[in-house]
Amino acid sequence: MIKFIAKRLGSGVVVLFVVSVLTFTLLYTASGSIAQNILGDQATPEQVAAKEHELGLDQPLFTRYFSWLGDALSGNLGASWFTNEPVANSLATRIPVTMTMVFAAMILIAICAALIGVAAAVRRGWVDRVVQIGAIIGDSIPGYVIGVFLVTILAIQLGMFPATSTISPEVGPEAWVVSMTLPVIALLINGVTGGAQQIRSAVIKQLERDYVRTLRSRGIGEREILFKHVLRSAAPAGLTVLSLQLIGMLGGVVIIEQIFALPGMGPLAVAATGQTDLPVVMGVVMYTVVVVIVVNLLVDILNGWLNPKVRVS
Amino acid sequence: MSDSVETAAVAPSALPTGQSGTVVRSTVMRRLLKNPLGIASLVILTTIALLAILAPVLAPFEENFANISKTLAAPDSTNILGTDSAGRDTWSRLLFGAQLTLLSALLCAGVAIAIGLPAGLIAGYYAGRFEAVSNWVVSILMSLPGLIVLLTIRAAFGPSVWFSMIAFGILISPSYFRLTRAAVQSVRNELYVDAARVSGLSDLSIVARHIFSVVRAPIIIQTAAIAGVAIAIQSGLEFLGLGDPTKATWGVMLSEGFKNVYLTPSLLLWPALAMALTIGGLVLLGNAIRDALEDGEKIKHRRKRGPASGPSGGSTTAAPAKARPSRKSVAAVEHGTEHHLVKVTNLGVGYPQADGSIKKVVDNVSFHVDRGEILGIVGESGSGKSQTAFSILGLLPDNARIVAGSIQFDGNYTVAPGEDRVSQERLSKLRGKRISYIPQEPMSNLDPAFTIGYQLVTPMVRVLGISKAEARTRALKLLTDVGIVNPERTFNAYPHEVSGGMAQRVLIAGAISCEPDLVIADEPTTALDVTVQADVLDLLRELQQRLNIGVILVTHNFGVVADLCDRVAVMQNGRLVEEGTVREILRNPKENYTRTLLGSMLEGKTPMTMLVSPPEGPVAHGEASRHASAEKEPVA
Repeated sequence: MIKFIAKRLGSGVVVLFVVSVLTFTLLYTASGSIAQNILGDQATPEQVAAKEHELGLDQPLFTRYFSWLGDALSGNLGASWFTNEPVANSLATRIPVTMTMVFAAMILIAICAALIGVAAAVRRGWVDRVVQIGAIIGDSIPGYVIGVFLVTILAIQLGMFPATSTISPEVGPEAWVVSMTLPVIALLINGVTGGAQQIRSAVIKQLERDYVRTLRSRGIGEREILFKHVLRSAAPAGLTVLSLQLIGMLGGVVIIEQIFALPGMGPLAVAATGQTDLPVVMGVVMYTVVVVIVVNLLVDILNGWLNPKVRVS
Repeated sequence: MSDSVETAAVAPSALPTGQSGTVVRSTVMRRLLKNPLGIASLVILTTIALLAILAPVLAPFEENFANISKTLAAPDSTNILGTDSAGRDTWSRLLFGAQLTLLSALLCAGVAIAIGLPAGLIAGYYAGRFEAVSNWVVSILMSLPGLIVLLTIRAAFGPSVWFSMIAFGILISPSYFRLTRAAVQSVRNELYVDAARVSGLSDLSIVARHIFSVVRAPIIIQTAAIAGVAIAIQSGLEFLGLGDPTKATWGVMLSEGFKNVYLTPSLLLWPALAMALTIGGLVLLGNAIRDALEDGEKIKHRRKRGPASGPSGGSTTAAPAKARPSRKSVAAVEHGTEHHLVKVTNLGVGYPQADGSIKKVVDNVSFHVDRGEILGIVGESGSGKSQTAFSILGLLPDNARIVAGSIQFDGNYTVAPGEDRVSQERLSKLRGKRISYIPQEPMSNLDPAFTIGYQLVTPMVRVLGISKAEARTRALKLLTDVGIVNPERTFNAYPHEVSGGMAQRVLIAGAISCEPDLVIADEPTTALDVTVQADVLDLLRELQQRLNIGVILVTHNFGVVADLCDRVAVMQNGRLVEEGTVREILRNPKENYTRTLLGSMLEGKTPMTMLVSPPEGPVAHGEASRHASAEKEPVA
């Protein structure tokens, strides 16, 4: 098991490295004259050259990448070209906001999708039809459109919730939870509808397996078959579904934060993208990939625990 | 949001393997047009596409024409949906937005197909290093959140729909890759591809002719899903204000509406509605095509696959066409038949079809088994022998119906005359304890997540109510009894750690662990090597004699019957064609079909040879029913 984890961790590091090389190359070669962009159209060629030197842009790409990598390994992701704030600092203040929402939404998705999906698979009938229809509706309406309508109707028109949620945890847990409610709902609806449907098919697939019939023939009760055998075998598929949803959510949360004006990663990423603030963009990408790698590692470990075959090989 | 991007890739896809492409397409098309949702989605999508194409003609204004004196106006005769904050006509922008939105979705899907399809074909067909490398690339692409990648592309290349959609196409290409590879892998080893290769066709034409016809339908489904996701994510980017401000798109309009949400919230409604309709149309179209494909598969494989997994399965709602009155309490069995261990009388089993009819897979079958007796049920695949066995066990698929007859076990009905389902209440008390089952395929019948020991001990604890320790002792004894040399080791092993022959012995041990009166063995040796087959048969006979149990042995192999059985029943096309003692039937078969069956094996072919059944005609029917009722004749 330790060897297995080490191997997965190793491949995660390789992925991180490859993504950083690709992103760095793409950002720094495709985005035209960066210094000109920062200084504006009125800047003289001398000013531009000076700025390029200041930012290290006159160095070859190779050198620049490795100096970035060296700094990054020591925890220094550079500073914003526009605000001069260290990227690591802005990330550190914003990650908690974003991740709180993402994990709150994920936990709720996992619970709701599992309950509804399993019920639909076992009971069929109306629950099943609701899940099918829900999945179609959920697939048809992007989460941010749901977010926009939640704000418009519940916050602006009915005034039930604050439209923007810049409140920090210090104002007291109640106000904070209220302010987080709408963004989290906007984040989780697609996840619940899609997840329930996929968990449903994973469970049905297991229920149709030969060994389930054999367990029945041995006199094992339906409840025990479902909870001990079927759900355990369906769990890896469910975990994969949830981990893919989490990856998608890391993107989706950017728009949701923008809608609700939350001080998370979203506004930072959007502003940096609009201004071509490359150190910040680079930092956002790296943080995202690290989260993904950690999540995938956790899923692999859980799967190893659930499936003895993975554990052995 | 790209939640569904990656999940679309892992969704199970129905692959119509081994069907010829043109046939599939025409029937699928017909089924698609029968489905109201399929028609609705086609109508929605065609309308939107037409509006987009005709936008220059239909739109009253240029997309960026602004009437500064008329901002945020309510709908009137000039601006039928009103104007935005710059005085631009909402209806015109919606039409031009449709153009750009649909084109960008097509570009994205096109790029994804152009990369994913060839890569998947090559990886699936040749495997090897290319597959290993592409798997690695796929795992990277799939771990990148779509929107974050698009933000990076936007930072690098500026606000261009085309760049972002090409990038997203690359990012999402794994879904086509995986789909194509899976399809190719399932077809690669099919005989007809080998035949094509042997007959001298080049690799390329093999791929073109055979494999492409298999992946075509799943690719259409996937494209519908991906186009929807592409529209959602591109609009999301524009909603963030990172799109091209000179172009009218639904995302830009949504963003504009949200900025003016306090003044004119209706501006939000139109682009949101357009998006929901388009994406919804695509989702429905994909679902309808999948249903159309699965319905075909379902009818084809009904007997093997059991309950339908598709949304139109409706297994709990489908009522039998001819419902028969069910009696209030379970009647006593016919006098004079109580001594039979199992008695099946005029049994009929059927599956409700989509058109309301019932397809019979077992028809008018009668036989009985006594204690200490082995009855063989012989017949080719699809003759209904397994369905008959499962109705005794009460393990028919959910959508199966008992359409006629009764089953009694040890003097009590498990299916009384008139009942359309096996009573689970009555059978759950018998299963495991008095009736047990030995399956055909050893590996798939053990739960891979639990040790063999656990799977032997638990039924004994549940059924016999003994302690775990006692059950463990008995399990080890049973493993020794079935000829396993090192029972401790097998007890602690997971199913994947033992051989197929060993697993079958474990299943036999499990079947007799609670000392049943009746064992139903469904082709217990088919999946095993020839040498192991003989051992397992010996084992069955020895156990049967020692425990004096009744056995129903389902097989297509007369050799096994001759070796093991006392009596034999021959089934064909769901009917019982002949029944008698093994000696009688082997020496003097009365029916043509039995002679064909016997002939096909006595010619020295392997017993596994598939038989070609004579066509089902009126003569065969008459004979079948005549012999089905001859069941009461005294037998040796």
